[in-house]
Amino acid sequence: MEMSKSRRHINEIIRYSLLVLVGIILIYPLLWMIGSAFKENRDIFGSLSIFPPKDRVVTSNFADAWQLTRDRSIWFFFGNTLKFLIPKTIFTVLSCVITAYVIARKSFKGKKFVFGAVIVTLLMPELAFRIPLYLLYREVGLLDTFASLYVADMFASSSFFVFMIIQFMRTIPKELDEAAVMDGCNELQILFKIIIPVIKPILITVALLSFMWGMNDFQGPLIYLNSSDKTVLSVALKQLLDGEAMVSYGRVFAASCLGLLPMIAIFFMGSRYFVDGVASTGSKE
Amino acid sequence: MLNSSKKTNWTIYLMLLPWIIGFVVFKVYPIVVSFYYSLLEYPILGDPTFIGLQNYIEIFTKDDTFTASFFATIKYVLIGTPAVVLVSFAVAAILNFKLKGVNFFRTAYYIPSILGGNVAVSILWSMLFDVNGPVNTILSVFTFGGEVAINWTKDPKFAVFTLIILKTWQFGSTMLIFLSALQGVSKTVYEAAEMDGASKLRQLFSITVPIITPVILFNAVNVLVKAFQEFNSAYLITKGGPNKTTYFLNLYIYDQAFQNGNYGYASALTWILLVIIGIFTVIIFKSSNKWVFYND
Repeated sequence: MEMSKSRRHINEIIRYSLLVLVGIILIYPLLWMIGSAFKENRDIFGSLSIFPPKDRVVTSNFADAWQLTRDRSIWFFFGNTLKFLIPKTIFTVLSCVITAYVIARKSFKGKKFVFGAVIVTLLMPELAFRIPLYLLYREVGLLDTFASLYVADMFASSSFFVFMIIQFMRTIPKELDEAAVMDGCNELQILFKIIIPVIKPILITVALLSFMWGMNDFQGPLIYLNSSDKTVLSVALKQLLDGEAMVSYGRVFAASCLGLLPMIAIFFMGSRYFVDGVASTGSKE
Repeated sequence: MLNSSKKTNWTIYLMLLPWIIGFVVFKVYPIVVSFYYSLLEYPILGDPTFIGLQNYIEIFTKDDTFTASFFATIKYVLIGTPAVVLVSFAVAAILNFKLKGVNFFRTAYYIPSILGGNVAVSILWSMLFDVNGPVNTILSVFTFGGEVAINWTKDPKFAVFTLIILKTWQFGSTMLIFLSALQGVSKTVYEAAEMDGASKLRQLFSITVPIITPVILFNAVNVLVKAFQEFNSAYLITKGGPNKTTYFLNLYIYDQAFQNGNYGYASALTWILLVIIGIFTVIIFKSSNKWVFYND
């Protein structure tokens, strides 16, 4: 008995050590980035330390990074990102929840086809649509507008999110809708007054993921936007990488920190929505 | 009664209208048209001309860049996919034990996958793997004084691994899907095995793995399809180089379409990549008959 108790103890220690080791591997790069934002060039490379030497802490990197280009602050580029990201997120949630509601809770002619189409497009690489959409947007004058980055989201074009909401709606008892019909609610009232309040967690997950992926999106803005007053944050950060800015690495790190800051803040505010949301896509698949 | 059900039906189609428009305009139209484009010589200026399969013939017989790009992509996918799936599964298996603070680790491990696609992380990665960067410094520690000076992003032997490591670093979301599947496995199965005296490791391979094979399949296909389309890391960190060892097909397509304006040729490349992804997906699904077990 004594034996097995101490063995269990050792097992637990091994498991924790593994968890901590993996955690260090995952988080160290991010901490090193933050630390390096406070360093001089010579202290960044060749040292594993996260913290700058006590007598050489540089605090001006952030101010330098804030002024990202000669005439524009990082705020300007972040503002541009928000100009497509906010409409994108709102349209995505709205159009996907309406579509998912109809597919998950209504019976109608062609339902099988619609659900099948959602699944097929879910598996289809986004790459497949890019060139024709680019030429289409060029034709209708959407190129170099922020709308080019969210117009598709007005039409529930993210099958992933539609599917995610459908799966979640299936866990809600149908009696809820039926009672509402009895009370004389119409479809939109049922959706907005009965269903949406119940499925709020998954909608928050969808909004958060859509926002984060939009922040990360680099290829979209690279292809669709080309005038310099529409440069978004991800593209502006990329220009740092190959610009003269490489002279000061600390400044580049500070800019990277500022670029990730909104994402990290949002992540910690909504971490349970991310973690639960992602976990649910697999288990209910 | 009949009247009212008809009325609701119209509302239903009205609510579905955005999706219908989206499906036609943003899915069906582009996919059909892109195949048609692949049969055209479609320059940036001037009118497109129909040239049949000429683009495809040229890609397969004359285009050395395509060959290099093809093998670079395959290497990245075939090493990267198993790496992500294995690491995700291993970590999920550890987290599945009843340990205090599991929620904390679960959340912490997820951070890289939410940030990983960001340009800032690509910048960070090129610094980490710099000749004088921390990765080499750590490796030097393990070689006991022998200085490691691998030029990760510029050495043809190592460049692709820099990107594979970045991909593996973002295993969090795949891991969460595994974890929730593991937590769904009924405890009674293990109790029976415990009675029979099966070791924990034995239980893992003869009980857990068979039960969650559908989720392994789901994750493998998911990671594979995404890996085939990798763009950001290769474009930002290695710029497709050195010697095209990280010039993935998505980069080549991007260059042909949006740098050179060869929309026809780029569409043909896109279709080839789609077919390759399709073939690999079918292979995984076909083989899954042999290793995936469904309860019902």
